[in-house]
Amino acid sequence: MAVKQMRQQRRKEFVMLLRQPGLFACIVVILAILVLFCIFPVLRLLWTTITNQEGHLDLSNVEHIMNSTNFFTSLGNSLMLGLTVAVISTIIGYVFAYAVTRTNMPGKRFFHFMAMLPILSPPFVISLAMILLFGRSGVITKTLLHIRNHNVYGFGSLMIVQTLALFPLAYLNLKGMLESIDGSVEDASRSLGASRVKVFTSVTLPLSIPGVFSALLIVFAKSISDFGNPQVLAGNFSVLSVDAYMQITGLYDLKTGAFMALSILLPAMLAFFIQKYWVARKSFVTITGKPVGNIQRIRDRHIVVPLFIFCLLITVIVIMLYGTVVWISLVKTWGVDMSLSFKNYEFVFKRGMSAMQDTLLLALIATPITAVLGLVISFLLVRKRFFGKKLMEIASMIPFAVPGIALGIGYILSFNTPPVLLTGTAAIIVAALVFRTLSVGVEAGSNSLRAVDASIEEASTILGANNLTTFTRISLPLMRSALFSGLLNAFVRSMTSVSAVIFLVSVNWNLLTVSIMSEIEGSRLGVASAYCVVLMVIVVIALLILEVAVNGEGSRRKRK
Amino acid sequence: MSEKQAVSVELKDLVKVFPAYGTQGDFTAVNHVSLIAEPGEMVTLLGPSGCGKTTILRMVSGFEIPTSGQVLIGGKDVSTLPPNKRNVGMMFQSYALFPHLNVFENVAYGLRIKRIPDKEIKDRVHQVLELMQIEPFEQRMPNQLSGGQQQRVALARAVVTEPSVLLFDEPLSNLDAKLREYMRDELRKIQQRVGITSIYVTHDQSEAMAISDKVVVMRSGVIEQVGTATGIYTSPDNCFVADFMGKANFLPVTRWQPDGTAEVFGQTVHAKPSAKLGQKQPVLMVRPENVLLDENGPFTAKVETATYMGQTFQYVLNCQGTQISVADYRYHTNGVFRPGADVRWTMAEPSLRLIPAEEVKA
Ligand SMILES: Nc1ncnc2c1ncn2[C@@H]1O[C@H](COP(=O)(O)OP(=O)(O)OP(=O)(O)O)[C@@H](O)[C@H]1O
Ligand SMILES: [Mg+2]
Repeated sequence: MAVKQMRQQRRKEFVMLLRQPGLFACIVVILAILVLFCIFPVLRLLWTTITNQEGHLDLSNVEHIMNSTNFFTSLGNSLMLGLTVAVISTIIGYVFAYAVTRTNMPGKRFFHFMAMLPILSPPFVISLAMILLFGRSGVITKTLLHIRNHNVYGFGSLMIVQTLALFPLAYLNLKGMLESIDGSVEDASRSLGASRVKVFTSVTLPLSIPGVFSALLIVFAKSISDFGNPQVLAGNFSVLSVDAYMQITGLYDLKTGAFMALSILLPAMLAFFIQKYWVARKSFVTITGKPVGNIQRIRDRHIVVPLFIFCLLITVIVIMLYGTVVWISLVKTWGVDMSLSFKNYEFVFKRGMSAMQDTLLLALIATPITAVLGLVISFLLVRKRFFGKKLMEIASMIPFAVPGIALGIGYILSFNTPPVLLTGTAAIIVAALVFRTLSVGVEAGSNSLRAVDASIEEASTILGANNLTTFTRISLPLMRSALFSGLLNAFVRSMTSVSAVIFLVSVNWNLLTVSIMSEIEGSRLGVASAYCVVLMVIVVIALLILEVAVNGEGSRRKRK
Repeated sequence: MSEKQAVSVELKDLVKVFPAYGTQGDFTAVNHVSLIAEPGEMVTLLGPSGCGKTTILRMVSGFEIPTSGQVLIGGKDVSTLPPNKRNVGMMFQSYALFPHLNVFENVAYGLRIKRIPDKEIKDRVHQVLELMQIEPFEQRMPNQLSGGQQQRVALARAVVTEPSVLLFDEPLSNLDAKLREYMRDELRKIQQRVGITSIYVTHDQSEAMAISDKVVVMRSGVIEQVGTATGIYTSPDNCFVADFMGKANFLPVTRWQPDGTAEVFGQTVHAKPSAKLGQKQPVLMVRPENVLLDENGPFTAKVETATYMGQTFQYVLNCQGTQISVADYRYHTNGVFRPGADVRWTMAEPSLRLIPAEEVKA
């Protein structure tokens, strides 16, 4: 078509946008904020690694790091860990998802809930439990098996811990995928005489391949980005996220740290965006639009029983690990005097009070900002046409896609000089929490908005409402569930994130997770456990409050 | 409802091209459309699915921006005016009621946006609800209403703000046949009473005929014919229009004169040539109700099928290899013919038209 005509149309679109100054300003401001907090820090990270003190292009530093053998060892370790964890987590996640969606296995809700537990808790709780159980003075290794000086640190433990922490991501992804495959395809194949195994290998598995790839890529990205677990548990097994942290806090070598962070940032981001734009698009699920409820669930005992045992085993391990943390938090002196006491909690509520208050305060500030910003962005992305839409979409995802360590370094690099001098303030922590979580809110908002008939909002517009009114009076009430899940998610992640904020905390503003890390480093594991329990209790309370808020609203509406 | 000065709506050489998506090329949904709806007039856009009707409405309402051409409301170019400032009312195909607001609040929404005092809002909403006979439901939520009631709420919501233009996008398509007819007449009455310039989209030709001052028949983004319902029904410009507005038989013409004298099945008939005929090869258009079974008729044919429809007996005749549909309203006097029977027939000559031959339906 005539390019000129198209340009004319664009111009008219732009003029119409200008005639809605509120909307226009909103788009410009959000774009500016996103560029500043989501893109600029990453570019700054890149810039720092490839320039010298004077700001000229200089790769000698990179060369120097590359020449040290340590770097490649760590890179190799990170990638190897990522791949192993990705494969194992995906397998476990698949079994869980298959069992939950395709069989009549008992206790499905329970398994589902237990699989969510690692997502709701700070990342290193499982690591802590590993040390408590299998460490030098571990309950199992020392007390039960009388092994002296058992070395729990290293690849093996790390792999187990990351697998347990990350298989829920794979599970959720694959569950969604399996649910969206029209079960009648499988039933059809079955009625054509195919055995269960045949149906699985010839229909279910091929249809879920895109989901499997998604799961692999996501878990891989999260594994190489992970900082909390390796920091606690890696020992001599060096990985880049911890190395980068060490370089900066131990050797004050920001450049080397930045480069290392960048080297995990690239593969993590690559994996994320491949998953987002390629695998997701490739999916050939037959979505019928209605939930697949009438699918024939598998009842054959020889299939259900092994699946059940497998899920039970994984779940029991998860429960055991979390139980250990709770137990140890209630013990006087772990490994010495195992009698029950509240000593650790007394300590936590005395010494940890300020960190707890800070964490709660910052999380409570970050949560509504994240949720509302996420919904506004999703509204713009789904419903509006404007220049820089792609930029907005990508920018909002970047902080989620990059390793937290890289984001944290990017933030200190970017905001420690005027004009945006934020280091040491609460604002920088809030910003990190907000933008790190933003993408999830945008995603939830977009999904729920796509389910709302656009003409409902158009009806509001044509009746004379401007964009703000339409958003607050129509879209927002219709996105309520997304709003609540966005709030919850933002809160949980704000309470539990470590890697993105570890460089940003200061004497003025400390966070619970960071306190826990330092307690673990100082081997005060009882106190660390108590901290973890407190943190998890806060999260559960928040969850219950929101649950009540949502259900209460729901039932009130129904009664109406 | 107070009388307001009605305005005209004018589309000038309107084009809408949707940009290439994926492997497909650019798609021209609306192709150089020009049209005027005079003040207070009810104009219907009629055409098959996908011909660009909704796209035109969305350009008038401002949800789509024309690739080229202009939309004028009351003589003013509104092409870049945001939809909320156009003072246009719209009834959506899906009704688009606000699911979280009750009937009263749905209807009051537009008035609240205009910051009208509460007292007046109450009065005006009640007035409209009464007019639509849905007052008893004012406290109900939209999902507690039947389709017809929802539709009336949607109409009430669209007219209560007294827009200068009303747009309807297939507002009746979700209703059953009976209710559709009833609502169609109600809608027409209300539109005439309020005197709002309206554009009405439908792909149902009987709806278009019943409701409009002016019918616009469209195909693939292009206007095929504009006229009154009777004008288009009796004198279609081409086979597509003839076939879309009702049923039509197209009989082969072997010889013809510019004055409309034509030879069909070896007999000479007198038909009116269509304005668009020119030098093209014509066919003879005759509607099924104008094919008359008559034992003295000049034509012969064999009955292929016979279907009882209540009002009529419908036949398909075979005349020298050409199938002809007949709607016989006088089967009581004519008697009923069974398949295989030989019949004689004739045509109501004033209704015959010569139109350019072409394939039916694109
Ligand atoms: N946003 C869009 N992008 C690309 N093509 C579009 C878009 N909107 C509409 N079209 C295409 O433009 C053509 C006209 O669409 P439109 O909705 O105007 O049809 P319609 O006449 O209202 O049909 P129906 O009677 O089915 O509602 C269709 O072929 C449609 O596929
Ligand atoms: Mg349409």
